[in-house]
Amino acid sequence: MKKDALLAYVLRLGDNALILAQRMVELVAAYPELEEELANANFALDYIGQARMFYTYAGELEGEGRSEDDFAFLRDENEYRNFLLIEQPNGHFGDTITKLVLFDSFYLLQLEALAKCSDSRVAEIALRAEKEIRYHLRHNSQWLVRLGDGTEESRQRVQTSIDNLWAYTGELFAPDDVDNIFEAEFEGPDLYEICKQWRANVAAIIAEATLTMPEDEWMASGGKEGRHTEHLGFMIAEMQHLQRAYPGANW
Amino acid sequence: MVTTGISREQVLDWLSEVLDPEIPVLTITDLGIVRGVTIDDELVVELTPTYSGCPATEVIEQSVIDALRKHGVEGVSIRRVLSPPWTTDWISEEGRTKLKEYGIAPPEQGASKRELLHGHRGIACPRCDSLNTAVVSEFGSTACKASYKCCDCLEPFEYFKCI
Repeated sequence: MKKDALLAYVLRLGDNALILAQRMVELVAAYPELEEELANANFALDYIGQARMFYTYAGELEGEGRSEDDFAFLRDENEYRNFLLIEQPNGHFGDTITKLVLFDSFYLLQLEALAKCSDSRVAEIALRAEKEIRYHLRHNSQWLVRLGDGTEESRQRVQTSIDNLWAYTGELFAPDDVDNIFEAEFEGPDLYEICKQWRANVAAIIAEATLTMPEDEWMASGGKEGRHTEHLGFMIAEMQHLQRAYPGANW
Repeated sequence: MVTTGISREQVLDWLSEVLDPEIPVLTITDLGIVRGVTIDDELVVELTPTYSGCPATEVIEQSVIDALRKHGVEGVSIRRVLSPPWTTDWISEEGRTKLKEYGIAPPEQGASKRELLHGHRGIACPRCDSLNTAVVSEFGSTACKASYKCCDCLEPFEYFKCI
């Protein structure tokens, strides 16, 4: 029970990092300008590195010989446990920046808490990743402020991005059995506390950007149970194409 | 086993010949990523990755194995150590000098104590030492660098970010 929850929790961390990285990889060589191109590629690389560490650990916990690649390339859509927010399409630049700010504001708090958890492997990875995500969040928040407090056009478009993505944020803070067991058994994150902190941090960025916090209305959920939006299947089909078409292909 | 009669110092000396593939003026000991060498039944080299996704990690591990094999040591194991996480504070003084000569502004000391990520105060140009410099991009050709320019000698340069 305890071990199953640990494995499930670590896989979720890996899935969030990998699926977000894959979304960002779609933008490589398609960014509006060179500086952001570099930022995007560097950030994607950080997430891929984190996913690899989480998957490698998951494989060891499971003990059935699955490698990081097996988790990434040989699982179906409903076996992925990433948040719905992560898999949403990139949209325009404002959509991408908003998604990253909303998620990284959560992920940073989650990693800070995980760095103090009682599972030493998770704590080590979290401590490493935390430094990277802090850098991402600072950069992307500055963009959100520039877009919000920019022209009338950019302000209106990025407000729409926030309004559209808001419904996917509820899931981040809705604990299920895995979260509860992980919190109780491994001194894991308290999602209630993280939610309060997240709201305060995000509200501060949104205020600085002269934008409006959306009302909390209906929230989508299902990612943690493997019930995804239609977008994930297409992403995975592309990501896994090579391994599916040529099983066992290697460099 | 072929590890008999090899000293730790000897191994460290050999490891100081292994270059970082992305910044080839630095050795892995300059970078401070060699965290331990244990010689028991087998030789174990402990390395710490710089960034989670650093593509050089595997290359460096293979270079360590190759370098030791060149000196007749077979069956080396590499252990990745994540904790405590690598910080630019571990780059040696010699490493900092080499970086500057190579044209990369070395990171400031004290990354772990101060939130240096949140301010780029006084990054000196590696060519003319002027402090009149400006950020061009917080990103560069590798995850560990940012792009700067010198407003006095007008040369662009890279800065090794503090983490």
